[in-house]
Amino acid sequence: MLLKHTTKEVRERTALTVNPAKTCQPVGAMYAALGVHGCLPHSHGSQGCCSYHRSALTRHYKEPVMAATSSFTEGSSVFGGQANLLQAIETIFAVYEPEIIAVHSTCLSETIGDDLGQIVNKARDEGKVPAGRHVIQASTPSYVGSHVTGYANMLEGIVKYFAEKTDEKIRQINLLSGWVEPSDMRELKRILKIMKVKSVLLPDTSDVLDTPMTGKFEMYPKGGTTIPEMVSMGDSMQSLGLGEWATQKAAITLDNQCKVPFDIIDIPVGLKATDRFIQALAKAGRVSIPEKITEERGRLLDVITDMHQYLYGKRVAIYGDPDNIIPMIEFLVDLDMKPVYIVSGTPGKKFEKRMEAILSERVPEAKYKNGPQADMYLMHQWIKENPVDLLIGNTYGKYIARDENIPFVRMGFPIVDRIGHSYFPTIGYMGAMRILEKILSALMDKQDAACLEEKFELVM
Amino acid sequence: MRKIAIYGKGGIGKSTTTQNTVAGLAEAGFNVKVVGCDPKADSTRLLLGGMAQKTVLDTLREEGEDIDLDDIVKVGYGRVRCVESGGPEPGVGCAGRGIITSINLLEQLGAWDEKYKIDYTFYDVLGDVVCGGFAMPIREGKAEEIYIVVSGEMMAMYAANNICKGIKKYAQAGTVRLGGLICNSRNVDNEREMIEELARQLGTKMIHFVPRDNMVQRAEINRKTVIEFNPEHNQADEYRKLSRAINENTNFVIPNPLAMEDLETLLIDFGIAN
Repeated sequence: MLLKHTTKEVRERTALTVNPAKTCQPVGAMYAALGVHGCLPHSHGSQGCCSYHRSALTRHYKEPVMAATSSFTEGSSVFGGQANLLQAIETIFAVYEPEIIAVHSTCLSETIGDDLGQIVNKARDEGKVPAGRHVIQASTPSYVGSHVTGYANMLEGIVKYFAEKTDEKIRQINLLSGWVEPSDMRELKRILKIMKVKSVLLPDTSDVLDTPMTGKFEMYPKGGTTIPEMVSMGDSMQSLGLGEWATQKAAITLDNQCKVPFDIIDIPVGLKATDRFIQALAKAGRVSIPEKITEERGRLLDVITDMHQYLYGKRVAIYGDPDNIIPMIEFLVDLDMKPVYIVSGTPGKKFEKRMEAILSERVPEAKYKNGPQADMYLMHQWIKENPVDLLIGNTYGKYIARDENIPFVRMGFPIVDRIGHSYFPTIGYMGAMRILEKILSALMDKQDAACLEEKFELVM
Repeated sequence: MRKIAIYGKGGIGKSTTTQNTVAGLAEAGFNVKVVGCDPKADSTRLLLGGMAQKTVLDTLREEGEDIDLDDIVKVGYGRVRCVESGGPEPGVGCAGRGIITSINLLEQLGAWDEKYKIDYTFYDVLGDVVCGGFAMPIREGKAEEIYIVVSGEMMAMYAANNICKGIKKYAQAGTVRLGGLICNSRNVDNEREMIEELARQLGTKMIHFVPRDNMVQRAEINRKTVIEFNPEHNQADEYRKLSRAINENTNFVIPNPLAMEDLETLLIDFGIAN
């Protein structure tokens, strides 16, 4: 037993978090910044922060993640990190030649009160930012929110800096993506193309964190949203934010700054959320829904009906980030599965309301919680009280899956022990089919391995 | 060695009182060390005859961690060994972390080695205990006796009471104790009686009442303690008495901070309200 100290009995805790279902803000800030073309993330803090955040991303995406650091010493923590950041900006532009440096803070620089905006302005005033190059910044203390908050803050920082309003509207929409895989970003673009909706996708990590092996190292791969695209966002007809936690701040900024109205919808995971996404695209782009999309939806419905008997009534425990698991939970309910245990380390009162709306009638026995104390330990305790048939979440769930002998589907961030997430999308109707395939394979593999010999089925 | 920290409201006269007291102890033949824990770095000015001191943190910033003790310890009046922690400019960085860094560095460098035969170490700490850094001198048994400089003004008494809350917290876990209140008079009505009563309610004593005298200011302008500037003056004797009182003090307690209402009642009873 790997987690033999986890007890069945749930006791009220006020301070302790065990195996949190979240990570640091800067991890999100780095990921968002990598979705901008020619951008080098910069961590304003100690070296250890930067190393950890880079390796967290590298382990998940299996790509080298480049980022710079202000390399705080004891002296910088006492006197402030201004001198380090000014020097860093000068060195980075001279040596690594990015188009953009995306600076984010860390717990240390936030706590000593470094003012990133003031320091970056000083760098500009002192001519440390060459013409045509840019420095953007976001405040990302990890003791607030989670990696999702950091992603949202950096996204906000990007649009605040780049989006410009001119007198001429452009017939395009802004698609602000929540935290999804490079493969999902690629899938979003495929859907947009089929729908014939012109748009700017921000951020866009496809062709950045899923690059082909060519034998040549590219510090700044070809992918990522470009500067002209980001500037043009201020003239778009509308913004569509995928995931409230990750994109609402940026959408509001675009509205305040450039009067671009916005809608926030869920990340298109599963049937209904994809329906809403397609509808929203059709409305925003003033297009009708092409046959090809309708056919994809039909194929998904076909798989669901074919396999319904294996899904019906199965109890599921799921954990992850609100934007990703809310539509996923809705999908599970649509499959007649029972998402009974749900935790997310990312705070936000809206989560409970969404859970109640999705679950109160169809799965009244469901237990859900989000915020700092909503950890994997709590979820494990719930599972020990009353077992589940399936576990869905990031790699950290494998300990629980092994101890409790539960089929396990990896979804979310980080996945550091399997591949596939970078290449095969889980959004849209096609992505929903992949989710179904994974769920069914996990359930059926267990059935094949564990059922009585006389119940062993050739055809399933 | 006795390890003493002086706390009190900003502007109450902690640095002046500390240096004059230290001068009194030095005059009496004790080996004293003063560690200034204020980013303004003015805790040793009177002992050194000016702001001649390069601070620990400035040295650390300019020369890295490879520092000699002689770079940061200056010997002043009466062979008093003076150190200034220093700190960042106002508005940037973290002064509290500065104090932690600086005291740790002093310990690493062996500032308290046997060979210096130090009888007394004084930590002169700024204003209120606003964060963990400023509580550094009373953590982990660094300072074991605390004296709070106070006057009969309400905010000074309020600050003294607040500091007692900090002391109580650390005292329960360690060896730090309150040695008493030092009243640095502001010529408030009934000041002596009021501070004696405050001390009684806190569970301690007013260890000395330092009268107000312009000689202190005159000596300060000349960058000297009163004891050095005008040793015959009555005020010099007051500081000698204070240093004797500290030297002979045996009354070390865990304070009982007052509730706000009790503090206000005290002020009313002793006539400020009238």
